Amino acid sequence: MPAVMDGPTTLVRVQDAVVKYGFIAVTVFLFIFFALTEPAFATSSSLFSMLKFASVTAILGLGVTFTMVVGGLDLSIGSTAGLAVQLAAMTMVFYNFTGVTAVLVVLLGGLAVGLLNAFLIVVAKIPDLLATLGVMFVIQGAKLIPVSGQSVSSGMVLRDGSVAPGRFTPEFLKIDRGYVGPIPLPVVIMLVLVVLSWFVLSRTTWGRLMYAVGANPEAARLAGVRVGLYRGLAYVISALFASVAGLILVSRIGQGDVNAGSSSLLEAVAVALVGTSVLGLAKPNAWGTLLGALLVGIVLTGLTMKGFQYYHQDTAKGLVLIVALLFSFTISRRKVRYTPAT
Amino acid sequence: MSPGTLDPGPEPAGDQAGPVLELDAITMSFGANQVLKGVTLGLQPGRVTALLGANGAGKSTLIKVLSGVYPEHGGQVRVAGAEVVMDSPLAAARHGIQTVHQRIDENIVPGLTVAENLVFEEIIRGEIPPVRSLRRLLPRAREIAATLGLDWSDAVLTKDVFELGIADSQMLLLARALSQRPRVLVLDEPTSTLSAGEVERLFDLVRRLCTEGVAVLYVTHRLSEVRELAADLVVLRDGQIRATQQAPFDMPAVVRSMLGESVLAVSKDLVEQRGERVALTLRGVQLLYRSEPVDLDLRYGEVTGVVGLIGAGKSELARGIFGADRLRSGSMTLDGVPYSPHHTQDAVSRGIFLVPEDRAAEAMLPGWSLTWTATLPFLRSVSRLGLLQRPRENRVGRSVLEDYGVVATGPDQPVDSLSGGNQQKVVVGRWMHAGPRVLLLDEPFRGVDIGARGDISRRAREQAAGGACVLVLSSDVEEIREIADRILVMVEGHVRLDAYTTEIDNDAIVTSMSEVA
Repeated sequence: MPAVMDGPTTLVRVQDAVVKYGFIAVTVFLFIFFALTEPAFATSSSLFSMLKFASVTAILGLGVTFTMVVGGLDLSIGSTAGLAVQLAAMTMVFYNFTGVTAVLVVLLGGLAVGLLNAFLIVVAKIPDLLATLGVMFVIQGAKLIPVSGQSVSSGMVLRDGSVAPGRFTPEFLKIDRGYVGPIPLPVVIMLVLVVLSWFVLSRTTWGRLMYAVGANPEAARLAGVRVGLYRGLAYVISALFASVAGLILVSRIGQGDVNAGSSSLLEAVAVALVGTSVLGLAKPNAWGTLLGALLVGIVLTGLTMKGFQYYHQDTAKGLVLIVALLFSFTISRRKVRYTPAT
Repeated sequence: MSPGTLDPGPEPAGDQAGPVLELDAITMSFGANQVLKGVTLGLQPGRVTALLGANGAGKSTLIKVLSGVYPEHGGQVRVAGAEVVMDSPLAAARHGIQTVHQRIDENIVPGLTVAENLVFEEIIRGEIPPVRSLRRLLPRAREIAATLGLDWSDAVLTKDVFELGIADSQMLLLARALSQRPRVLVLDEPTSTLSAGEVERLFDLVRRLCTEGVAVLYVTHRLSEVRELAADLVVLRDGQIRATQQAPFDMPAVVRSMLGESVLAVSKDLVEQRGERVALTLRGVQLLYRSEPVDLDLRYGEVTGVVGLIGAGKSELARGIFGADRLRSGSMTLDGVPYSPHHTQDAVSRGIFLVPEDRAAEAMLPGWSLTWTATLPFLRSVSRLGLLQRPRENRVGRSVLEDYGVVATGPDQPVDSLSGGNQQKVVVGRWMHAGPRVLLLDEPFRGVDIGARGDISRRAREQAAGGACVLVLSSDVEEIREIADRILVMVEGHVRLDAYTTEIDNDAIVTSMSEVA
């Protein structure tokens, strides 16, 4: 007998609309609010710098999105981005290699972290959160060892008393400072990765199978899906995205700051979680993550212009996250999944 | 009731005339799905009333009404002639109704000791102070255990309840129920996990309770137990009482009312198909932890039905063939070629498909549409170079919907919002649509309404007629007779009987099912 649900009432329809479009409405509202009250807000230079700052968070958030799709969460992305910062700096400053070599080294480093996470989670069967938490600490600690805890910068004095031979090459610094037409390069990279992620997740068999693994791993396995492969793949993608974010970061700050990236984990997770509530999809998705990053960017830029200090930022981010979670968990009408036992 | 004493509880109703518990036109709906359609039933003190019904008849729902889980039910419940409100499990207990549920794990609390589980009801009701040492609980726990004749030492009572076996956990729950001195005891398939000796012990106990005037509602699938124990019998089908009998029972009539005439009519029409060519051979396959190796040949062109009780090794057989679990020992061949699946994909790529036993946990993806669920195992066939081809996907979704008669608003409807029978049609249909070489159906009719059951049966037989090797596993003899050309009876991991359906009657099957090594 079909379990027919009652037709939607007006209240339910309003609720659905709020869940679907509420979040976008809040973003647009805040944008208009800041644009009207702060004349400097809606200028193109201000908007591009906002997008530039959102790009690192957005790219990290995309990596988190992949791991959330397979039902996990990668806590090591912040330290992986930090590792990328340091690897790039060391390659150029210590060993005097080119920027292109630095990019390759960083991506290889990211690949290694991703494979380590995948190994611990898929082969060693350690729960996702715990495995990536462990890896997070290991990377954070291990990257301090070769530099004795010092940040790497051009012209620094090495342990043997000599001066570091290399420097950040101009073409490497272009990663953050370059433009494609009028658009800053980091924004272009972000958009390319968003479109790529969206395409992989919703148009390819890989994406579909990752969603299947996240929805019910046992059902996926009994449908013939190689569950471990797709879980592992998500962590490799996540680490690679974190490395790209790290590249933008190090190019921006121009030195191998040992603390870079460590604070970005929670922001990236928040942005990906915010993304799940967008359009009522109720699942992690690439465009949602982008929108989440934009909203956080709008709020932070707007508040800064209104004279709020840096120490208000975390509170603002937290509130954005909680409001987003209200959309996806509280207001969202629960799916009727109730099957009567007979 | 004061803690630590054995209170007499409600007066035994033995000498009262009339039923101790009356259900009057009980109804219960989940959304638009009416599961109980007016159940009227009386339980006499000192008698065992058997409640029979196929899967999905509404038995569990009725029991839950009786244990106060569904306060929103319709109709009246009367205890000793007075109407009572069954709005919570505590209310049920107050009116002297105790239920021992089928799912043991839902009713004992792991992490607590055996003793704490025994006095659990008293802890909940606050009859035992919140802070009390385990040692001071032991006398009361021992008393409760003794009502069942369980001679549990303090060492046993202080163990984590998790360390008790299934049978002992069952006994614990029974003892707990009896410690409340119920007037009405509801037993939901209490023997499914018990050994023969433990079953005897349980039966003795039930008979003793009857002499003390307790009314027992005994829910079971096993007709032999009904014959042995029950004085009255009711059959529930599709939410209504379809038959009421007093001992001695007319069992064929009982079975007919359980299954409905239409089903039996279909099974009489079964045109036997006999396969020739062997699809799968199993040699020296050990299915359970301690069981003899099994040799088995499964043939194309026929439906092989495997019947056996819970724990007979049926699922292990299906999952081993599908590569979902490794075989403990032994080897297999497929079409004469060695076959040893390391992963379910090895099976799927060879056309060996499994519909698993637990649909919700093993086949459903929350929120996934019919189309997505249908295409999941075969994404390669609806994609090009890894890119999903929407039109091809939608065609598959639509044809599963239409060919297998799924009642849904369309191929985009989430499968988990469909009824059990329609969910199962999707899960079965997606494999059949792809043309299986070997199709393994593990308990395919669980939680499936009678119409869908007929459809799935017919489709499975068509697959066999078209040349596939179909294996159906069930603990229900009638289900197997309805669908299978060849019947294998499994007991404790080995095959006790292997015969063609037309050459064997139910008695022979039931007899061999009850043979224990």
